Amino acid sequence: MAKTETKAVICVACPLGCHVQVTMEGGRPVKALGAQCRKGLEYATQEIQDPVRVLATTVPVTGGILPLLPVRTEGPVPRRMLRACMLALAQCRVQAPVRAGQVILENVAGTGVRVIASRDLPRLSSGL
Amino acid sequence: METVQVDVAVVGGGPAGLAAAWKAREAGAERVMLVERDFELGGILQQCIHPGFGLRYFKEELTGPEYAERFIARIREAGIEVKLNTMVLEIIPSGAPSVAPECALMCVNRQDGVLSIRAKAVVLAMGCRERTRGAIAIPGERPAGIYTAGTAQRLINMEGLMPGRQVVILGSGDIGLIMARRLTLEGAEVKAVVEIMPRPGGLERNLVQCLHDFDIPLLLRHTVVEVHGRQRVEGVTIAAVDENSKPVAGTEQFIACDTLLLSVGLIPEVELCRGAGIEIHPVTGGPVVNEWRQTSMPSIFACGNLLHVHDLVDNVTREAEIAGREAARYSRGELRAKPEAIAMVPGRNVRYVVPQFISAWGEEEVQVYFRVVETEEDVYVVAKLGEQLVARKRQMRVQPPEMVSLRLRPQAMVESLRKLVELKGISAKDLVCRIEVEPHGQN
Repeated sequence: MAKTETKAVICVACPLGCHVQVTMEGGRPVKALGAQCRKGLEYATQEIQDPVRVLATTVPVTGGILPLLPVRTEGPVPRRMLRACMLALAQCRVQAPVRAGQVILENVAGTGVRVIASRDLPRLSSGL
Repeated sequence: METVQVDVAVVGGGPAGLAAAWKAREAGAERVMLVERDFELGGILQQCIHPGFGLRYFKEELTGPEYAERFIARIREAGIEVKLNTMVLEIIPSGAPSVAPECALMCVNRQDGVLSIRAKAVVLAMGCRERTRGAIAIPGERPAGIYTAGTAQRLINMEGLMPGRQVVILGSGDIGLIMARRLTLEGAEVKAVVEIMPRPGGLERNLVQCLHDFDIPLLLRHTVVEVHGRQRVEGVTIAAVDENSKPVAGTEQFIACDTLLLSVGLIPEVELCRGAGIEIHPVTGGPVVNEWRQTSMPSIFACGNLLHVHDLVDNVTREAEIAGREAARYSRGELRAKPEAIAMVPGRNVRYVVPQFISAWGEEEVQVYFRVVETEEDVYVVAKLGEQLVARKRQMRVQPPEMVSLRLRPQAMVESLRKLVELKGISAKDLVCRIEVEPHGQN
């Protein structure tokens, strides 16, 4: 018979922060208790198999009203890939103007996820 | 001196000011002016580049700049006048001899020089400041390398400067936790987050995503007792504390670091309020308001972190929408308070309640917001007029970092009041509504 164990996960899908108890059988999640919504169940299952996160950081921008552009991954990436994504983005440079939602990098670190701009960044006009 | 006339003037272009200005216009105020001291709108959201915003209000997860962008677009579309790079020096409330029946905002900027904005109603949304080292009195030298967490956030996320390489963070508020992750991602080593209280100060999800994900130790019931280094921080001595938060002799340990970040609380930015003679609440540190977010100066409204420090921007937006809408109504002379207000007071396990008064009870539904003193599981949060129950809600867990809300229905308020008067013959002057937390199973 498969071995049964319980793992505790705190859901970060929303501000409620539900404490979810996930029952594992043979290394696979079979039951989750304590979540106040379906998102919590999905999150807890994902969290145990392979945690994912949205990565937010900045890239240098030239000619803009600020020296940095805030960016984020369009969707979540595996948590174990965060470091690799940061290294890939360290090579990235952009030119102002930038529009919010503009794609800054395709397929960051081979995750298949795009990195997009979080804000408009207008060009710095002279005389400002 | 240039003078402009508006219906509603809003001070502060962060999340609260943006929502208040937009809603005031939506609610029919013809001329709305938004005044911001920075070079752009968005306030603190522009440096909060992490996701987690908007889950309640927009039903999707946004970063700070994205959340700001949506409201900036609304401001633009609504045709609201925006004064950037403009500092408000003084607010003279309506009724003052020089300006009655309007308020006057004395401002300064490079285009207009000194500018006087005359407004029928004003919404204050100046936000808050970070508590500093001076405010918490850590002994030791005065070297470079000590920053508040929010300042470090601005340096890293907007100005491209790294404050240090080896970091200790004092205080486990949300900004401190967020910065622990941010510094780690940028290649710094966060040696520890040190928290004087027996529980973390920030939201659960930030503990998970910011500390656990990166194996950053959280030392509860510890504090920094000394800062070392003359030119630059070379390390800190931390120690365990007892029940009275006093350091325990013999528990000291040295942590080598070049940077100390402080995430030890936020204080509403109330200088302009004090100048205007607005009543300040001793616990929240912000103005005392009624359900319309109207201050003790009837023509002046307040919202956002100026009013009380929020944990979610979504709640700031909701609150600011109330202030903006009611300021618009006030500017048309449509707000009518009852002769006697109901005072909202904290009861068992409640630290403070906002709003502090309900001025037109029995007319509209009122959502009250409060913070608890201690964490409790499986409870009822209740509102009581005398012994009469006005509202009750079951809650799985309440904890200090998370604001709790409770809805008061107008009929329930009126009925409870009527029963109270019938039973006790209570006078209208005893109108006090207690908000408290009850363990489940006790009535």
